[in-house]
Amino acid sequence: MPSPPSALSRALDNRNVLGLLFMLPAAALLLLFLTYPLGLGTYLGFTDTKIGRSGVWIGLENYEFLWGDAVTRLALFNTLFYTFIASVIKFALGLWLALLLNKHLPFKAFFRAVVLLPFIVPTALSALAFWWIYDSQFSIISWVLLKMGLIDHYIDFLGDPWNARFSTIAANIWRGVPFVAITLLAGLQTISPSYYEAASLDGASPWQQFRHVTLPLLTPIIAVVMTFSVLFTFTDFQLIYVLTRGGPLNATHLMATLSFQRAIPGGNLGEGAAIATAMVPFLLAAILLSYYGLQRRAWQQGSGDK
Amino acid sequence: MSTANTAADRPIDSQGMNYLVSAQRRFFTVYLPLGAFLFVLLFPFYWMAITTFKPDEELLSHEGNPFWVNNPTLAHVKKLLFDTAYPDWLWNTVLISVVATALSLFCSVLAAYAIERLRYRGSRYVGASIFLAYLVPPSILFIPLATMVYQLNLFDTRLALILTYPTFLIPFSTWLLMGYFKTIPFELEECALIDGANRFQILVKIVLPLAVPGLISAGIFAFTLSWNEFIYALTFVSSSEVKTVPVGVVTELVEGDVYHWGSLMAGALFGSLPVAALYSFFVEYYVSGLTGAVKE
Repeated sequence: MPSPPSALSRALDNRNVLGLLFMLPAAALLLLFLTYPLGLGTYLGFTDTKIGRSGVWIGLENYEFLWGDAVTRLALFNTLFYTFIASVIKFALGLWLALLLNKHLPFKAFFRAVVLLPFIVPTALSALAFWWIYDSQFSIISWVLLKMGLIDHYIDFLGDPWNARFSTIAANIWRGVPFVAITLLAGLQTISPSYYEAASLDGASPWQQFRHVTLPLLTPIIAVVMTFSVLFTFTDFQLIYVLTRGGPLNATHLMATLSFQRAIPGGNLGEGAAIATAMVPFLLAAILLSYYGLQRRAWQQGSGDK
Repeated sequence: MSTANTAADRPIDSQGMNYLVSAQRRFFTVYLPLGAFLFVLLFPFYWMAITTFKPDEELLSHEGNPFWVNNPTLAHVKKLLFDTAYPDWLWNTVLISVVATALSLFCSVLAAYAIERLRYRGSRYVGASIFLAYLVPPSILFIPLATMVYQLNLFDTRLALILTYPTFLIPFSTWLLMGYFKTIPFELEECALIDGANRFQILVKIVLPLAVPGLISAGIFAFTLSWNEFIYALTFVSSSEVKTVPVGVVTELVEGDVYHWGSLMAGALFGSLPVAALYSFFVEYYVSGLTGAVKE
């Protein structure tokens, strides 16, 4: 026979009490190591904190300094350039690869598994492979181009500002295309074949099918995937840190790498935090875009009727 | 469908365009671009592997065929394993990834169950904020976290990484598990409640066994994310014996002006193989984790 419920067990039957209890471990970790540091980072941006010395409130001084700082301005330009070029190419190549993988191919599962490899392995380690591929004296790319007679001396991939920008962008694209391709492929597979049957019965060409069936149905997931892609690219750190450390002449410094350099080796925690905080408005813009994409998707699926 | 898609075999077909596309055209529009993609995506791995086994003379020579090894050597691997702290880094990476993943899964299971099934007051807002937390990049958190790590006396310890990795693992795993829990019918839980089970028993005995694929997805994904983490490990740890593989290889194997490409690439290869192997066993779970987290 069950004994009459005690106050404790009655409290545990209450979903609010129980919910709070279940949320406790996750909430404690996230509030302490995510929410609090977010606030602390914003605060640090308004102080002159250095490593080993707690700072005082200096208002907007860090931001005023950074606004006039040529290196920071260059880093902002680099970040926008890097993000824009890399994202556009990642989208184009990723969509193309997704469409290729969506054809009826033998060993389809194998191809899909292999394609994702660049995204799986540690970026810092694959960046080392790129460092070796981009080496100024032993680059395999230069070797091949030289043998083909296309160039007459080895390319200085990472030593020249514009070469370095495009080389790092290429490495970023290499790593990001699999993510875009595999997630878009998942989106493509949710599109019912009957749409294509209907379209081809109506005499639509393959291009028309892509333009008027595939693309509209894929738009919501494209919005979300590209938001993630832009977010990851904008805050990229590892690739630049390994390949160039921001050089040559700060030509490849992104805001994340500059913030690290000023804060950790440079010791100016306040200034580094200000650079990191300056990235937030851009990230918020990307997240709002994602929210818009999700809303549209919900609307297309008809869940607005509920 | 793909077995008979030459125009000669079936000149007329009502089921779609595929049969009309000739084999030759298919080669140029499908197989050639796909081959190019695969070549570019896989070449860096081939290059890592071939460099690992090349003797220095061949690495630094402009003669001969660079795409092949004439006299394979294990010298670089030997140097990596016996003359550097690489085995320590490997052990640290395994330990930190396993503990951080287990901790995150424990927190995420409870949180996802509470948000999705207990539906306590305000759970919808908590669910949305979990998604937002997933979007907070480590690049904007590492400076404040570094000051906290100093103040908590955790600097240069494995615990610093074990406690900070859940900041990106919990939001991801919770979001993913919420999707899985959503698909489990409420009736199962109601039956168990009538039979006198409490919520914790329901979670362990009914919900979790049904959500095993979700748990594997979240676990694999969380493990690879921790294995690949770089910026926290670079900032919160400075002694060689506490470093993880990515940070150790990047900061300690690069010495001066002479780069030891062989051992550097060996370090990169052996740091990539464990995650690649794990991934190859659980591809489907990994992909469903990846796409699930984006699609939900």
